Amino acid sequence: MTLGSVPPKFKVSIDRDECMDCGRCIENCSYGVYRREGDRILVESRKCTACLRCVAMCPRDAITLTEKPIDYRSHPLWTREVREDIINQARSGKIILSGMGNARDLPVIYDRLLLDACQVTNPSIDPLREPMELRTYIGKKPSKLKFKKTESGDVELETKLAPNLKLDTPIMIGHMSFGAISLNSHLSMARAVKETGTFMGTGEGGLHKALYPYQDRMIVQVASGRFGVNIDYLERGAAIEIKIGQGAKPGIGGHLPGEKVNEEVSRTRMIPLGSDAISPAPHHDIYSIEDLVQLIRSLKEATEWKKPVFVKIAAVHNVAPIAAGIARSSADAVVIDGFRGGTGAAPKVFRDHVGIPIEVAIASVDQKLREQGVRNEISIIASGGIRSSADLAKSIALGADAVYIGTAALVAMGCRVCGNCYRNLCPWGIATQEPHLMDRLDPERGAFQVANLIKGWTLELSELMGAAGINSIESLRGNRDRLRGYMLDEGMLKILDVLQAGA
Amino acid sequence: MKTVRIDAKGMHYTPLNQKIRAAVADGAEEIILDNVLGQRFIGDGLRGNVRIVINGVPGGDLGMFMSGPTCIINGNAEHAPGNTMDSGMLVIHGSAGDAAAHSMRGGKVFIKCNIGYRGGIHMKQYDVEARPVLVVGGTAHSFLGEYMAGGLVLVLGIGKDKAMTDRGIGSGIHGGEIIIRGEVDDYLLGIGAKKFKFTESDLERIAPIIKSFCEHFGYDPAKFLDTSYTKIGPASSRPFASKYVWE
Repeated sequence: MTLGSVPPKFKVSIDRDECMDCGRCIENCSYGVYRREGDRILVESRKCTACLRCVAMCPRDAITLTEKPIDYRSHPLWTREVREDIINQARSGKIILSGMGNARDLPVIYDRLLLDACQVTNPSIDPLREPMELRTYIGKKPSKLKFKKTESGDVELETKLAPNLKLDTPIMIGHMSFGAISLNSHLSMARAVKETGTFMGTGEGGLHKALYPYQDRMIVQVASGRFGVNIDYLERGAAIEIKIGQGAKPGIGGHLPGEKVNEEVSRTRMIPLGSDAISPAPHHDIYSIEDLVQLIRSLKEATEWKKPVFVKIAAVHNVAPIAAGIARSSADAVVIDGFRGGTGAAPKVFRDHVGIPIEVAIASVDQKLREQGVRNEISIIASGGIRSSADLAKSIALGADAVYIGTAALVAMGCRVCGNCYRNLCPWGIATQEPHLMDRLDPERGAFQVANLIKGWTLELSELMGAAGINSIESLRGNRDRLRGYMLDEGMLKILDVLQAGA
Repeated sequence: MKTVRIDAKGMHYTPLNQKIRAAVADGAEEIILDNVLGQRFIGDGLRGNVRIVINGVPGGDLGMFMSGPTCIINGNAEHAPGNTMDSGMLVIHGSAGDAAAHSMRGGKVFIKCNIGYRGGIHMKQYDVEARPVLVVGGTAHSFLGEYMAGGLVLVLGIGKDKAMTDRGIGSGIHGGEIIIRGEVDDYLLGIGAKKFKFTESDLERIAPIIKSFCEHFGYDPAKFLDTSYTKIGPASSRPFASKYVWE
């Protein structure tokens, strides 16, 4: 072992004066950090993932956790992470896998965009007094409306409208599959979206029977593995989403390890127990934009043109022309997933280096669709690193119709973003199929928390809009005049079509 | 038997499928479609036990998401017949394009002549009842049974010196089996695919499928009921297990 061991990532210690020896840390830690020996609780810091379950459950606040307790010789290029990845690959010769979203310290464009507010010349609106219109329709909008007069003198709409999803707030929950996350997580989110008048995605894991009561709030996904996809599944969904790519790992497929394929997952995905569920990199019936049209139309034809069909792509260099192609393909919405999008597991090199920021992707897609006169043909749903109502408001001002949240919804259920989703040991009962861990997430409580998050953001969005003198989400959409750039370079401001702060 | 006849001449696929659905809802047991020329998605998402006779050449994604019906095609088929099909049967009296039986989960697709690239790609199975079967009378192009996760692909090579001459057979296969008439050269196998001996018990297992295929196309099954086949299956059920290491 010439390489030896690398230092532990975290140091856990118990304040013995505070500790009352209740053992809740031992019970709660699924990674095996704590054990009892005699009358003493011992700690093995190396096993810690910083999920903070023990800290949250300790009744005496007796646990302290420190990140990177040992320093390497500091070096701006040869960081600790770089050195440890090399050691890992020198040992294994393999591709490094990692969980959750991009973990590199890159500038966040959202944080360098500032929102506007009214002062003096035009009054702001008080959302307590005035109605704020947040209702959002996702789907094709007609370029013009035709009416006819009936014999009784009434006016009737002659134009046939395409099916749309009606959202009470422009926040939806994105696709995280049953398999990657637990049934209780899905139930929590399903109840929350039903309560708040919005929608969630199933991910590529099928639709569990327990979710049938919420099916009119579910967007069913069709990805390259076609897991769980049959006519029954397609008919149950409120909308159908074709997943072409994912922001966390553009260009590659997915892979649910056999360990996570228990009986329930196997039944829902319709695959054998314990077998790997492999989603190929491309859809093997889509090798061109014409083939994508064919898949979209096959889904519409199968469901008798009653459901909107979305296409999800990762934000990559040519995202705008790709989205323009999708806008002409009979799709009703394009979902753009930025390079900070989360995942249960992705090769680290993809997670951290492939794709582009969602902010620029929204701006360039919206711009391209408007230039080509097809913006009404398709809605834009933005996802990948939406952390707050400010990110939401900025996304809409850049041109999105609505957003998908993922990690934020998980955090609302208890997730602390430790990034060990792939180990099936999630102590919060989220990214696990272990019954004793999953039981820790009470769907009723989970639903309450997720609904609270959506409600909180919705209230904040109303306030932000009111402050800007806007009383309808339509007037915020693509309204880049209400954004200013702060510490962004000229090239970036040009792409975003946003003025410099002060201008 | 209640039979409905539909003339598809010049008809778009949506009204055609609407007519088919209406006929099924009306209790038709047999539907005959005449003058079919390139209409896609015939039988897309269709349920029931109806028998559909298609006279002509249907377009892509024939029988996609189909659950139950039997389609007899008196002609060739285009791209991806049997795509993500759940149950039922397609009997094609001709050849088919690329991605035939793509992601199929159950039912049978019998093709008299040849198929294009990626036949049976990502076919999968669940339980014993949901086991898809693709039988090709002639030959197939590259990537046959790629990423296959379950089911059976059978290539008979009728009228060919060798049943398969294209590469990439079963690359990434992690379930199911590909059975090819005669010998298959090693270099034609994809990564993760492995040859196995075809035994008497294998023959016993697939004999009913061979007999059914021959019955549909008027071949003498006796010619095919021997052990002169090559069986190709997964070298491992976890083809990617050794590719990754955790952070």
